Amino acid sequence: MKIAVCIKRVADSETRVKIAADGKSLDEAGVKFILNPYDEFAVEEALQRKEQAGSGEVVVIACGPQSAQETIRTALAMGADRGVLLEAAVPADGLTVARALAAELKDGGYDLILFGKMAIDDYNHQVGPMTAELLGLPCVTSVAHLDLADGKGAAEREVEGGMEEVEFPLPAVLTTDKGLNEPRYPALKGIMAAKKKPLETKPAALGTAGLEILAMTPPPERKAGRIVGEGAAAVPELIKVLREEAKVL
Amino acid sequence: MSHVLAVLEQRDGALRKVSHEVVTGARRLADALGGEVHALVMGRGAVQGADASGRYGADKVITATNAGFGHYAPEGYARATSERAKAGGYGAVVFAASAQGKDLAPRVAAQLGVGLAADVTDVAVDGGKVTVTRPVYAGKALLRVKVNATPAVVSLRPNVFTPVERPKAGTGETVAIAGDAGRVVVKGIKASAGGSLDVAEAPIVVSGGRGLKEPANFKLLEELAQAFGGKAAVGASRAVVDAGWRPHGDQVGQTGKTVSPSLYVAVGISGAIQHLAGMRTAKVIVAINKDKDAPIFKVADYGIVGDLFDVVPKLTAEIKKLHG
Repeated sequence: MKIAVCIKRVADSETRVKIAADGKSLDEAGVKFILNPYDEFAVEEALQRKEQAGSGEVVVIACGPQSAQETIRTALAMGADRGVLLEAAVPADGLTVARALAAELKDGGYDLILFGKMAIDDYNHQVGPMTAELLGLPCVTSVAHLDLADGKGAAEREVEGGMEEVEFPLPAVLTTDKGLNEPRYPALKGIMAAKKKPLETKPAALGTAGLEILAMTPPPERKAGRIVGEGAAAVPELIKVLREEAKVL
Repeated sequence: MSHVLAVLEQRDGALRKVSHEVVTGARRLADALGGEVHALVMGRGAVQGADASGRYGADKVITATNAGFGHYAPEGYARATSERAKAGGYGAVVFAASAQGKDLAPRVAAQLGVGLAADVTDVAVDGGKVTVTRPVYAGKALLRVKVNATPAVVSLRPNVFTPVERPKAGTGETVAIAGDAGRVVVKGIKASAGGSLDVAEAPIVVSGGRGLKEPANFKLLEELAQAFGGKAAVGASRAVVDAGWRPHGDQVGQTGKTVSPSLYVAVGISGAIQHLAGMRTAKVIVAINKDKDAPIFKVADYGIVGDLFDVVPKLTAEIKKLHG
């Protein structure tokens, strides 16, 4: 089974956001970057599918700056076979990333193309299904359960109030959600092996962007709150302020 | 002058409430662009409640029917929507950033060859161009983005665009969509135990963390949620989801859902930065925690310092009185 996994380098979720001097982006000084947590499920799923099939290849593809090579190495350390970096400053328009990825994936002969359902930095939730459209492939997003057999798949995805049950033919593009599997940690042996695995870097073919960032600002400060009291005795006072002051009850 | 296409949602043949938010957001854009709102809903047949869209500002309500449109049909819905968007020459196409909208909007944007401004919390028109505000880094920063492509494809974060009554004609029109509904087929929805209210859409969210001590104690929060008379959902911190106490769909935070309810009650949650990121846009935040130095109190509007096992049952009883 030949599987591609598209991943992203993102700022760690514990990052305290400082805005850069350009007023439009994150100040990266001192920020720890990680493999996007939702992409870990995609990498793990690819590795398990290849292991079950007994043969195949897992190719990890990232679109991002030179430093995203480290992120690719993380996925290689988990067990992926080789990596491709489509080098670009990460654009605001997900469609440009999808274009670059689709151009790379188009003639790859992949049985399965996996993405994390979203990146925890920009919350765009879009590059997977856009790439599928550009490639003309069927796509299921936010997959939390997956069965594959005989060139067909059955997936479950979370929707409001339940799990949607979806069937689709292969090859397909899937985006992965938490719950699909338990991502492995790279073992020392894997980390050493990853250093020797092939990692190709080429320029990303982004095309023209339709979205333009005007400004990045801190969220409005929440006005200072107050402790209304201690223990169960404070509940009547809480009810009173929620009704009379906040007017939410 | 250009019109705006509002893409509605139905389930089991009935309009979903988030659709009114979509019409409200679309109306704001249409007013600024000087055009009409055309509401589009896909279904097997007539969609119950779709005609109410006129009340929130739809000039026209288009029902696109196909035998395969009973459930969500990703490819069929995407084709019907993008064909309508092309034929109508719209200035903007508006979706909800719901489970369906997050799946459908990117497909439509890609078919139209334009970007998608996803999960936005504000929309405006500036110099003839649509501009949006969208939280990034899970709410730790806001981006202001100008959409240069036409149509501007936008999805709205649920619970942010409060439906506003703006009566318009809401003239009904039905269009039969030829062909099959696509290769990706939704067989049905398995209902979850927690009921149909999702944390991302509930007007009130009651969330629990490690302070609950064990999974069975979430019963306290379920009782509190019930006391709100069907308006509240139960959420959870990452710690308790990772521990397997609660399903991932309930998780609030940077690696879970970002929520904007009118009232968020954090119970036994210390307030890690990644959790705060997911709920800081709630209109009112209440924290109940025994540690008076817990970071959650820094974002809470109102706090009670105390043992949640005393405070929550009392709160449930008082809320019941209000709704009783």
